[in-house]
Amino acid sequence: MLPTDSTKTLSFKRCITEGDLVIVYERHDVMKAVQVSEKGVLQNRFGIFKHSDWIGKPFGSKIFSSKGGFVYLLAPTPELWTLVLSHRTQILYIADISFVVMYLEIVPGCVVLESGTGSGSLSTSLARAVAPHGHVYTFDFHEQRAASAREDFEHTGLSSLVTVGVRDIQGEGFPDEFSGRADSVFLDLPQPWLAIPSAAKMLQQDGVLCSFSPCIEQVQRSCETLKSSFTDIRTFEILLNTYEVREGHLPSWQDGDGVLASLKGCKKRQRSTNGQENSRPQTVLARRMGETRGHTGYLTFARLSCIR
Amino acid sequence: MLAYNSEENLSGSQNRRITWDGCSVLLDINDGDRVLFARLTAGSKIKIGDKNCSLQPLIGCPFGSSFQVEVGAGGPFLAPMIPNAEGNGLSEKTDDQTMEECRDNRALVDNNTAQSLTGEDIDGMRRKGATGDEIVQALIANSATFEKKTAFSQEKYRIKKQKKYAPRVLLRRPFARSICEAYFKKHAEKIGFLRVDTLSLLLSLANVTAHSNVLVFDMLDGIVTGSVAERMGGTGYVCNPHCGTTPLPISIVRMFNFSDETCKRILHASLTELQPSTGENSTSDDQLVDECNIKEQQNKDTLSSSAKDMVNMEENSTANMDTDNNVAASPKSAKTVKAGEKAPPETIKHWNENGFSSLIIAAPNLDAWDVAKDLVPLLAYSAPFVIYHQYLQPLATCMHNLQSNKMAINLQVSEPWLREYQVLPSRTHPHMQMSSSGGYLLSGTRISSSDQN
Ligand SMILES: C[S@@+](CC[C@H](N)C(=O)[O-])C[C@H]1O[C@@H](n2cnc3c(N)ncnc32)[C@H](O)[C@@H]1O
Repeated sequence: MLPTDSTKTLSFKRCITEGDLVIVYERHDVMKAVQVSEKGVLQNRFGIFKHSDWIGKPFGSKIFSSKGGFVYLLAPTPELWTLVLSHRTQILYIADISFVVMYLEIVPGCVVLESGTGSGSLSTSLARAVAPHGHVYTFDFHEQRAASAREDFEHTGLSSLVTVGVRDIQGEGFPDEFSGRADSVFLDLPQPWLAIPSAAKMLQQDGVLCSFSPCIEQVQRSCETLKSSFTDIRTFEILLNTYEVREGHLPSWQDGDGVLASLKGCKKRQRSTNGQENSRPQTVLARRMGETRGHTGYLTFARLSCIR
Repeated sequence: MLAYNSEENLSGSQNRRITWDGCSVLLDINDGDRVLFARLTAGSKIKIGDKNCSLQPLIGCPFGSSFQVEVGAGGPFLAPMIPNAEGNGLSEKTDDQTMEECRDNRALVDNNTAQSLTGEDIDGMRRKGATGDEIVQALIANSATFEKKTAFSQEKYRIKKQKKYAPRVLLRRPFARSICEAYFKKHAEKIGFLRVDTLSLLLSLANVTAHSNVLVFDMLDGIVTGSVAERMGGTGYVCNPHCGTTPLPISIVRMFNFSDETCKRILHASLTELQPSTGENSTSDDQLVDECNIKEQQNKDTLSSSAKDMVNMEENSTANMDTDNNVAASPKSAKTVKAGEKAPPETIKHWNENGFSSLIIAAPNLDAWDVAKDLVPLLAYSAPFVIYHQYLQPLATCMHNLQSNKMAINLQVSEPWLREYQVLPSRTHPHMQMSSSGGYLLSGTRISSSDQN
């Protein structure tokens, strides 16, 4: 997934080969991750697609099915991966993820600790941020989830950047071997306050911690615990508004037919009245999407106090 | 071919946690009341209130350390603070506060006679060597109304006095996060009103990572260029395209403490060099030059204004600091490698043959589509792009045009919304004031145009 592997770097010349992970794009909200194999077949509402037709085509190509439907084949990115991964838990989405990476001040070479791993949505972006020489150590106490996450990182080519451990972080804390070594720590746990003392031990001086919690009561308790060894404690909520954009014709109110047609919302008829309405140009209209995620969680950040 | 082997030294400057002579730092004065950039040298000074303090004591200190202004025999100076000795942070008071919050302020009368200490008294204490904290204590002891205040207002009073008589300076590492926040707070117009959450989303959507080749059209004085380079750790390349011969200014990049390796990888190239000269492109070279000239003309207007702004920022940020002379005088801080050199021909050739792996456009005074139509074709197929604008309409139009020209898919206009909370026992609520606009992003994925199957 990352250009750290120079053979996978995007380029005009880079073509799809056997074994590649591709994101099959139907619409911005219908995508699927597929591993390309010579004999593989993809079937969807557009018909049947043979993987063998994909091999040798550049990423970003439009591919037609036997029935004439089409999809695009995209190179995977952490953003696309978050949209297609299998949800084994609640996951973090792009707005929270981006803010976490920025606020934790993660740069190439950083050592980052995370718990729980969940579905690995955040870990994938953490890996991109620490590449090429940093490392993400992520822990989940659920053995099967940890195993599935490990498989996913293998798939996405991130296993050299992410190590998944099975461990009860609330009960035992992070392993001692990371004491004082972590640049940042991220917690997405039901009772984060139980893990905060250990997180403080793991962090380097001036290192940053983030805890993600859906409920304000969790935030309240975490902040209480943070006070003893952290400063600059700040809690945020971040959401994303997306916009629907379309071209529309807004008729003059003096154009009686146009007004009536617009009442019926009949776009096609407006257009077909032999070019008359072309005197008024088409306008590009934008409005917020009707429905959106109203809450994901609160992000609490804190910096380890500096004892000098 | 590009050299893929020169990586940032892990323990190297990018992630240094102790300041050094000549390093760039962010100084947070009085808990965010003022944030400014400075370069630490033996001779650099900072003015806090009416006092000039040398920044020398900050050299060699860990980032995250706090200092308090004290007045000694030799004048005001910055004294390191021991964190646990503070004992007067708002947070530490909160426990008893909730319990005794039956007190209210009905008995409080506001007049100017509440404080019996005069300015001369305070000066006298100073002369006798009282510390800032002692002065604050004395002010509290001599306040007639202090005891009647609620615990919360007592704390507010204490903080107000502390800020005035014992101002604090917090030493911060300059990161994209802190630099963007500092600008947004005080000079948002200089970074085109780009809020930190929008910047973070932009970097994600553009898939910026080590070893990428990112085309960054940055008219925000280098904040985007710097943030991108920060994510690449001295690998890959950031290319700033420009029309004509003059590259756009990227002065904010200097605040990042980049290593030479990272600086070397921030390059500029003209649009004419970047556009492959094959007849494939419908625009003839002459037309192109014309187009560039017009744009250059436009750019010059914005350029000169942003150049002026830069001076302003310097004035404000390094107010009363004679850092400049000292930077020149200190051999260690004299950079051997400058960020933003001209791209060498072999690198340009590599870009021409392979395309860029991401594109970012941040040109809040230009038409988004006008820039996108020239730059999106320079992207490798399936590569992501992100366009920042402080207004929605140019992005909506650009999205529509990209769609009708079948240049991209996965198009989305998004706008992050960020709200901060005060979290305190029994007093948790969103902040009363928030920024309601951090700008808009149009993101998408370039597709291969050869779809004649
Ligand atoms: C909501 S998920 C994390 C999702 C993740 N942030 C993502 O983006 O995919 C929470 C995870 O924490 C794990 N967990 C809960 N308690 C834990 C504990 N005490 N120690 C380790 N992991 C724990 C759960 O098994 C679950 O997988």
